[in-house]
Amino acid sequence: MIQALETTQLGKRYGKDWALRDCSLQLPIGRVAGLVGPNGAGKTTLLHLAVGLLEPSAGRVLVFGEAPHSVLPRVGFVAQDRPLYRAFRVMDMLMLGQKLNPTWDMELAKERLAHLNIPLNRPTGKLSGGQQAQVALVMALAKRPELLILDEPIANLDPLARYEFQQTLMDAVAQDGLTVLFSSHLIADLDRVCDYLIILSASQVQLAGDIEPLLSTHKRLIGPRDREASLARTHTILQARSSERQSNLLVRTHGAVLDPSWEVQEASLEDIILAYLALPAGDSFSARYQQIQEVAR
Amino acid sequence: MESEKQAIEFYLDNRSGVSPYLQLVQQVKQALRLGFLKKGDQLPTMRMVVSRLAINPNTVFKAYRELEHDGLIESRPGQGTFVIRTLADASLASHDELRRSLLDWLREAEAAGLDEESVRALIASTLQQFQKREQIA
Repeated sequence: MIQALETTQLGKRYGKDWALRDCSLQLPIGRVAGLVGPNGAGKTTLLHLAVGLLEPSAGRVLVFGEAPHSVLPRVGFVAQDRPLYRAFRVMDMLMLGQKLNPTWDMELAKERLAHLNIPLNRPTGKLSGGQQAQVALVMALAKRPELLILDEPIANLDPLARYEFQQTLMDAVAQDGLTVLFSSHLIADLDRVCDYLIILSASQVQLAGDIEPLLSTHKRLIGPRDREASLARTHTILQARSSERQSNLLVRTHGAVLDPSWEVQEASLEDIILAYLALPAGDSFSARYQQIQEVAR
Repeated sequence: MESEKQAIEFYLDNRSGVSPYLQLVQQVKQALRLGFLKKGDQLPTMRMVVSRLAINPNTVFKAYRELEHDGLIESRPGQGTFVIRTLADASLASHDELRRSLLDWLREAEAAGLDEESVRALIASTLQQFQKREQIA
């Protein structure tokens, strides 16, 4: 099956340092994927490889089954820091977009900006950060892409602007069914927007897969510490914070927790991501997640 | 149409750890159980829910599909999604009585010196034990 994005042992090296290494992942068509990881993990490098701004040092990257540069008309990309010509009026940006993109949908662009109350005659440099982000997003959407790639689109936005940005994005997904891949180091409300998660850490993919099974198979357990060992026989403890008598665990469950001495709470996606990021990197990690996916199926 | 009052207004608790899709499902079931949603009521369109909550459309789709699968709602092409069954029928009548005995119990708990948090903790852990017994049985 053709994937929106597929990388195989993809790597990018600068001198002797690998910015991205052994990156193998698949992003199915129609998903909204969050690419998360600490700063410097290789997120931007991966995105730039996917849109053909960088050439791989190793491995390969395919977008809709083809080399990135040959599918560029089908891909929308918003680089970090909302790239707009600050002296251009919003309308000038739209005209530029129209000249550069054969598939440009001017009506869609104007309609969305009107809906957002963003004046077309104002220089983009005079817009608020949130409005600039929206203009950059609308520019990418007006190209009518099948895959939209965004690099840290909501970084440096206040919570309301972030929410409005996500509204525009989700609206577009609902309307056009496009595939989205966006990087973010904010992991607080990812599960509202994303249904797919890619975790990069230390230049490597730690995890790539659906979010739903992650949430349903991970629980927070609170109970007596002396029951920890017997619990570990059935379930996998990812993170343990224990006092002398009480344990607070983040657990990947295999079936129901039957021992009534444990209080079972839901774990937030944020908790789960942080727990996995704290695990030692490498194959064991991906293997563990693969098991989760299999269990979920 | 847009400004019309919806039969149900969804919300999301980002901190709950419950997946957004499950939250939507639970909110509909809760409203059906308590009689806030009735047979024939129209649910907001998926587009509307997506716009209001800035939520992934697949999530809304999945929630509606599950409710449809449970026989609670039905989507009619070109018209929208409607409630076709309620969960309140049998149990709603006994709510008053149960509420009264629960209030008696709460008064007892208060007299015994339990504060709200202790009450919640006791209820949660008892409910959990109760559910587990059912599972084992």
